[in-house]
Amino acid sequence: MSEHELQAIFDRKIENEVKIEPKDWMPDAYRKNVLRQMSQHAHSEIVGMLPEGNWITRAPSLRRKVALLAKIQDEAGHGLYLYSAAETLGTDRERIVLDLLEGKAKYSSIFNYPALTWADIGAVGWLVDGAAIVNQIMLQKTSYGPYSRAMIRICKEESFHQRQGYEILLTLCRGTEEQKAMAQDALNRFWWPSLMMFGPSDKDSPHSAQSMAWKVKRMGNDELRQKFIDQTVKQADFLGLTLPDPDLKWNEEKGQYDWGQIDWEEFYNVIKGNGPCNKERLAARQKAYDNGAWVRDAATAYAKKRAERKNKEAA
Amino acid sequence: MEKKQALFNYLLRLADNSAILGHKLSEWCGHGPELEEDIAIINTALDLLGHSRSLYTYAGEVEGKGKTEDDLAFLRIEREYKNALITELPNGHYGDTIARQYLFDQFNYLLFIELEKSSDETVAAIAAKAIKEIRYHLRRSIEWTLRLGDGTEESHAKIQEAFDDVWAYTGDLFVQDDSDLVIIAEGIGPDLKAIQPIWREKVKATLAEATLLIPEDGWMHSGSKQGRHTEHMGHILSELQYMQRTYPGCEW
Ligand SMILES: [Fe+2]
Ligand SMILES: [Fe+2]
Ligand SMILES: [Fe+2]
Repeated sequence: MSEHELQAIFDRKIENEVKIEPKDWMPDAYRKNVLRQMSQHAHSEIVGMLPEGNWITRAPSLRRKVALLAKIQDEAGHGLYLYSAAETLGTDRERIVLDLLEGKAKYSSIFNYPALTWADIGAVGWLVDGAAIVNQIMLQKTSYGPYSRAMIRICKEESFHQRQGYEILLTLCRGTEEQKAMAQDALNRFWWPSLMMFGPSDKDSPHSAQSMAWKVKRMGNDELRQKFIDQTVKQADFLGLTLPDPDLKWNEEKGQYDWGQIDWEEFYNVIKGNGPCNKERLAARQKAYDNGAWVRDAATAYAKKRAERKNKEAA
Repeated sequence: MEKKQALFNYLLRLADNSAILGHKLSEWCGHGPELEEDIAIINTALDLLGHSRSLYTYAGEVEGKGKTEDDLAFLRIEREYKNALITELPNGHYGDTIARQYLFDQFNYLLFIELEKSSDETVAAIAAKAIKEIRYHLRRSIEWTLRLGDGTEESHAKIQEAFDDVWAYTGDLFVQDDSDLVIIAEGIGPDLKAIQPIWREKVKATLAEATLLIPEDGWMHSGSKQGRHTEHMGHILSELQYMQRTYPGCEW
């Protein structure tokens, strides 16, 4: 079949909402685009373990410690699942991980912000997992089959994380003045970076239009961000917390909230590496990779020896 | 010593073992040698923390002063923690963690199969539930001992050194005091002196299969049952107790 015909089949599938599967022909640019998104997503799950991990040993109760640990374990599972799904595009996990360590692949900029107090664990669950869900619900309908299925599986756990985070904040807000202040402070610090998670405005987003055309993404960054804001305002009200945006106001006519200005300079700075924890996050991943090398080598060597021994016995 | 006091002491030791080792393992979260290991090690940490919660809760009931699992886990002074010294040692490299874990798992497994037969129904029930998980921990730490021992030259040297280093802390696992004697007499828990030779045989076999040498039984550390800890313990508690000490009396 000529490339022209293959392209036509691919286009028809996209048009008719038929998922693209690993063995199907796809344009190189599509493959690259999906791999970029999936690996970025996988890296975010893994790097995202670090800020929350910062509080495991200081969690204030056994119940909270266990819940936090289980939540981070879920994120590791998401990362693993997404790496496997990304591998179906023909690049192996080792290479994908090395791209992160070599600074060639990105991860969500939110994880370059520090988790400074226990309330941050609540704020991360509520806002960061919350924003991730809005994005991932949209991605359940993405055109690449393995990615779509990964999202369907992962979304359920993310909703649980979000509720858990919200419940941490609710407990703080019903506690002492100090606890409530801790919750407000966390919200103040995490609100704007959470909105940045949806990426630049569509008109400034380099991959947006093509991703939408291929139905890799089904909604624009601005639309997703608005959706997140509209659903989060009520939740903040219920907590009795104030969102740190003086321009936030219900717009009756539009049926949605008007809100202020994102500091895009901060966003681009963090992406460039100038965030509070960029260096620490990558260094932690690099260290785990380096320190684990001899362990991985040993596991490989042992597996090989064992297989050889089995072969000998069988012979 | 009366039975109630002995049982309370005994439960705290078991609970502290699981809580402190679970705490140490949780430090690996996000830093393991591969993603699968992060997940597996968190699993063990979660199981151990789960066991500690059941044990603390029961300890609080036995004591009868209305203490919760968190009161006991977070609000004692260092001397009142009775975890075995081996559980509070630093994680070191992965081989150090595996050596510590295998030696403890092997002990914990032999202990908990006996606790399943405890004359105390609650202890027996907690043990029956925990043993399934501990069996899995043991299988996993044996597997890793084999992989590292019989893996590469480098891993062999590293894990051998790890076992050699940690060995002097194993004697502390088997020290018995007055509480233990009451526990044995009441049929609540086993005589650790009877478990020790079995433990040694099992460890010897595993290390032999892993092409490792069993370290010599020289001088041994002790003191955990009197709450005499290593220098590491204070640092563990500074983190563990940070929130509870900074914000006393809050709900979280
Ligand atoms: Fe996740
Ligand atoms: Fe999550
Ligand atoms: Fe699990």
